[in-house]
Amino acid sequence: MNTIATKAKALIAMSGGVDSSVAACLMQRQGYDCMGATMRLYRNEDIGLGQFHTCCSQKDIDDAAAVAFELDIPYEVLDFTMDFREAIIQKFVRTYEAGGTPNPCIDCNRVMKFDKLLNYALEHGYEWVVTGHYARIEPGENGRWLLKKALDPAKDQSYVLYNLTQHQLAHVLFPLGGMSKPDVRKLAESMHFVNARKHDSQDICFVPDGDYVKFMEQYTGKHYPAGDFLDETGRVVGRHRGAVRYTLGQRKGLGLAMGQPVYVCGKDMARNTVTVGPESALYTRCLMADEMNWIAIPALTAPLRARAKTRYRQVEQPCTVYPAPNGRVRVEFDEPQRAVTPGQSLVIYDGDVVVGGGIILGAVPDSAT
Amino acid sequence: MIYLDYSANTPADPAVLERFVTTEQTFHGNPNSNHPAGLAAREELARVTDRIAALLGVAPAELIYTSGASESNNTAIKGIARASRHVGKHIISTPLEHASVSGCLTALQEQGYEIDLLDVKRDGTIDLEQLRELLRRDTILVALTAVDSELGTVQPVAQVAEILADWPDCRLHVDATQALGKTALHFDGVDTMSLALHKIYGLNGSGILFKRRSTPMEPLIHGGVSNSIYRSGTPTLGLAAAAEAAIAPALNQQPERAAIVTRHNARLRKALAAYPKVRINSPESAVPHILNLSVQGVRGEAFQQALASEGVCVSVKSACSAAGMPSRAVLAVSGDRRNALSSWRISLSHLTTDEELTEFLAIFDRCYHQLTEGKA
Repeated sequence: MNTIATKAKALIAMSGGVDSSVAACLMQRQGYDCMGATMRLYRNEDIGLGQFHTCCSQKDIDDAAAVAFELDIPYEVLDFTMDFREAIIQKFVRTYEAGGTPNPCIDCNRVMKFDKLLNYALEHGYEWVVTGHYARIEPGENGRWLLKKALDPAKDQSYVLYNLTQHQLAHVLFPLGGMSKPDVRKLAESMHFVNARKHDSQDICFVPDGDYVKFMEQYTGKHYPAGDFLDETGRVVGRHRGAVRYTLGQRKGLGLAMGQPVYVCGKDMARNTVTVGPESALYTRCLMADEMNWIAIPALTAPLRARAKTRYRQVEQPCTVYPAPNGRVRVEFDEPQRAVTPGQSLVIYDGDVVVGGGIILGAVPDSAT
Repeated sequence: MIYLDYSANTPADPAVLERFVTTEQTFHGNPNSNHPAGLAAREELARVTDRIAALLGVAPAELIYTSGASESNNTAIKGIARASRHVGKHIISTPLEHASVSGCLTALQEQGYEIDLLDVKRDGTIDLEQLRELLRRDTILVALTAVDSELGTVQPVAQVAEILADWPDCRLHVDATQALGKTALHFDGVDTMSLALHKIYGLNGSGILFKRRSTPMEPLIHGGVSNSIYRSGTPTLGLAAAAEAAIAPALNQQPERAAIVTRHNARLRKALAAYPKVRINSPESAVPHILNLSVQGVRGEAFQQALASEGVCVSVKSACSAAGMPSRAVLAVSGDRRNALSSWRISLSHLTTDEELTEFLAIFDRCYHQLTEGKA
């Protein structure tokens, strides 16, 4: 019973969605001195909307403000548009232009929510940043903070959180980590939150219609030119509509009729060619990854048996992780993996615990051959 | 549709529109041209400007035509700051200002200017004692709104001018956008004043900046002497004539118009006071045209949207970037953040009818019960 001690202060990152709203409610019930904040990340003009149209994120801000009002907690909109443009949108464009497939939500977590927003919170006397992510943070036996999967495997978002550092983990709380989505919605409805039934956003926030090529063209002013589809022998088999439109493993939308299904299995951005091949061409056992962030261990000094994901919606696959020069890793999966894509994230698990993760540079030849 | 947002925009008076059209049709010359058409236009512009000056009680040479109050505010604040840079870089203003004033101050702050904002007291007016304490040898400007747009409180311009009489290097800029036609304008001791015509049944895109002849001010829009050395651009004779046609009745009929608005305001205050959760935020001393209120426990935006869905136009102070922030003016007079978040504004006109208000009150009643049902 703290009558003299001041209550711990928590900054809730409120997206306007039901998860962060319930997170705010739970923190308040647990006795924290809460403040809600929404990061404004982009303006109409950034995403190609005319400035006289209703502000793209206005509904989300209104929903978050309404929940904050219901809970009677202070609420602010923080303008992070400049940082977002430089760190997230420009990296998104660069990755596509280099032939990879980016995951901007992972970058946003790393740079915006758990870095810039965390610094803002600490500067303003808030020791905790709270989000509605489904994941758990627990103290480990070796004195390190551990990031673990959520109890609800269907909602687990640990994959997008692998960049959290020890310092960040020490100041972040995920109140929903032990809850199921249906229970979260039930709580929201019992609080009469306006967004209790709002659907979960699936898209990239700054590309609301999903047409990321149109977004890039209006953002950069560039036109991504058509080029040749090649088969694995290098023979031209058709025309593509801009190499950025295709991702490894893609079958649909190629516009090729080759007698059997073909899949994108390579891109040469310099020559502006996209290589297609049979599904078997997509499978590789080894990859290199860079920009590793280690959570459960300080660093990788010896080969590690673990399980890993190379995309969000995947069950972890058994593998061996080898340290490589310059902080990189080489991963050898027990079984061939489909469409390992540069720019996507590799996340390594030990059971429920996130060991660490990084960015996939690309598939590499098996060491055995 | 029931329009109760006259402080945001007013319908153009038919007489103003007619004056604009006739002027445009009669005078095609550029007032700068030295031929019969140009001379005719120039002479008409001189006559119009003389008459506007007479109506306002100032000299014709003290009037600069602009595109509106935003431009007038920018011109005055930035122009005075630049002209006074040898004196200092300290500016005093208030948290009640329009974005075109606060935006200027933010821009100047980024260039190294020091900005202090005066506290607002419980009666909604700025703290004059604090002003006396903050004034320094290097204070170059006080920028003050004459009437606060959210609550309608009349700010003590004459007293500020009196205090500044002891600080000859400090200029006084007054944003009189919400004051013109509603309450008396004070020009004594004032260096610059912004006026906007679209708030007094004139045309949008038309404004006036008053500048005392002796006040140094560098132009924002350079380019010669066509309109004024302080603001270039072909003089807009049609808009100037329209401005005269709007200002004349605004000033000459002010007592009659004010009487109608006062009656409407009193009726609304009485009717709304019957609702236990209603709190009127505008003090009795505010201009009668503005009535700011809160319905306890209901967000301002939510009440405004409920009214909007029934065709009623009122306003909430919430720019995109300030969403969720409580109104500073309401916060100052009520001391209650939740109350400030619940506030919204009715603004009235002499054109408002009794029937409109009867219908508004019926709609208000429905929205009130709908939104407060089931809340403590």
